[in-house]
Amino acid sequence: MEYQFHWNIVFQKMPQLLHGAFVTLHLSVFAMLIGIVIAVLLAIAKMSSSRIYSIPATIWVEIARNTPALFQIYMAYFGLGAFGIHLSPYVAVLSALIFVNAGYLTETFRGGFQSIPKTQYSASKSLGMNGIQIYRYIILPQMFRRIYHPMTNQFVWSILMSSLGILVGMNELSGETQRLQSLSFRTLEFFIVAAIMYFIITKFVLLCASLASKRLFKGDI
Amino acid sequence: MIKIQDVHKSFADLKVLKGIDLDVKKGEVVSVIGGSGSGKSTLLYCINGIEKIQQGRILVDEIDVHAKGTNRDKLRQRLGMVFQQWNSFPHLTVLENAMLAPRIVKKMNKKRAMEIAKEELNHVGLGDKFDEYPTRMSGGQQQRLAIARALAMKPDYMLFDEVTSALDPELVGEVLDTLRMLRDDGMTMICVTHEMAFAREVSDKVAFFHEGIIEEMGPPEQVISNPQKETTQKFLSKVLH
Repeated sequence: MEYQFHWNIVFQKMPQLLHGAFVTLHLSVFAMLIGIVIAVLLAIAKMSSSRIYSIPATIWVEIARNTPALFQIYMAYFGLGAFGIHLSPYVAVLSALIFVNAGYLTETFRGGFQSIPKTQYSASKSLGMNGIQIYRYIILPQMFRRIYHPMTNQFVWSILMSSLGILVGMNELSGETQRLQSLSFRTLEFFIVAAIMYFIITKFVLLCASLASKRLFKGDI
Repeated sequence: MIKIQDVHKSFADLKVLKGIDLDVKKGEVVSVIGGSGSGKSTLLYCINGIEKIQQGRILVDEIDVHAKGTNRDKLRQRLGMVFQQWNSFPHLTVLENAMLAPRIVKKMNKKRAMEIAKEELNHVGLGDKFDEYPTRMSGGQQQRLAIARALAMKPDYMLFDEVTSALDPELVGEVLDTLRMLRDDGMTMICVTHEMAFAREVSDKVAFFHEGIIEEMGPPEQVISNPQKETTQKFLSKVLH
């Protein structure tokens, strides 16, 4: 039996698909940016000698890294719903992705922090800098260079994982594709195009990351 | 003036300093010599409050470094320090390295901070390296950068912790020349060093550390050229060959 491709309907629905792709992109960008900020704090908390900080951070990281992203999205959408907290699909997926991103990035950042020689701290201290200044001007800029590439990998992962939004009826690229194919029955065509769009999005993000790194990181580490 | 009075310092069970008394007057150059593990470097870290002490006091211009209410970040602005490992900031250019602390710690405007940084870099002979990244320079150049970076804060005292020990032999000279220049400028300095000839030449006072105490102290002609104590003689015979 030979399959007959019908691309016309896909092209007609291109505006919806592109809108879905746009939602995917900004969802992942927010999930990444907020995830990074939380991960920096979690990494510092996890390295703290005080258990009040290190234990909650460890719990976060362990749950995020050792449970499926699907579970986290379900927990954010249906789990919280059971307690009367009703998040929109967008916010539920966003929260879950932030949770996982922060968990994974914490370990990346912790490794990054530990790779900075202790002497950088004493040198900064000897110049009269306080703790916040040392982190802001000396430690974080060096740490981000070292973990930049693992971080972009996490970003790509986050874009692809956002496709789980399909499960809670979100209108990101996968959800939109699912809806359109169920109306038209051109399942294969729609998903092929969606896959190509994911590919283009991730390649685009990696290209931007690589261009940005050339601008941002001029010195050697 | 720096007054060090009966300072004791331990790392867990290990007693590193066992009652150090030392005065450093304005404009004086004091060299601290002694074997490794004798507590020389630890003393410098205690003077600028990076390491805590268990007993005694350290006064910098009458401010008690280790007292509870002391703002040590502020105090460190008066105490420049240069380390054995030069610790340049690898993500910043030479000029940015020297400008950073005046900018963010002293809240100087960019123009003024740049002027001071350039002045100090020129002073240590790095006038042609402003836009270079430190990791592309030799150890001697990076060490001179570390000195300029500390000087840009206009400290009243400079603490040098074996600043030539990690350098290739042919680079030691340029760094020692920089220190000589500082002495000629009238900078008050405490130099922990293994360079005996240098210590003899530049110091007003030499302190020989042995197992956490000052075994012998006095002018270099005495301590290095004509040591009285047996431990000092033994140490010097080893390092002077």
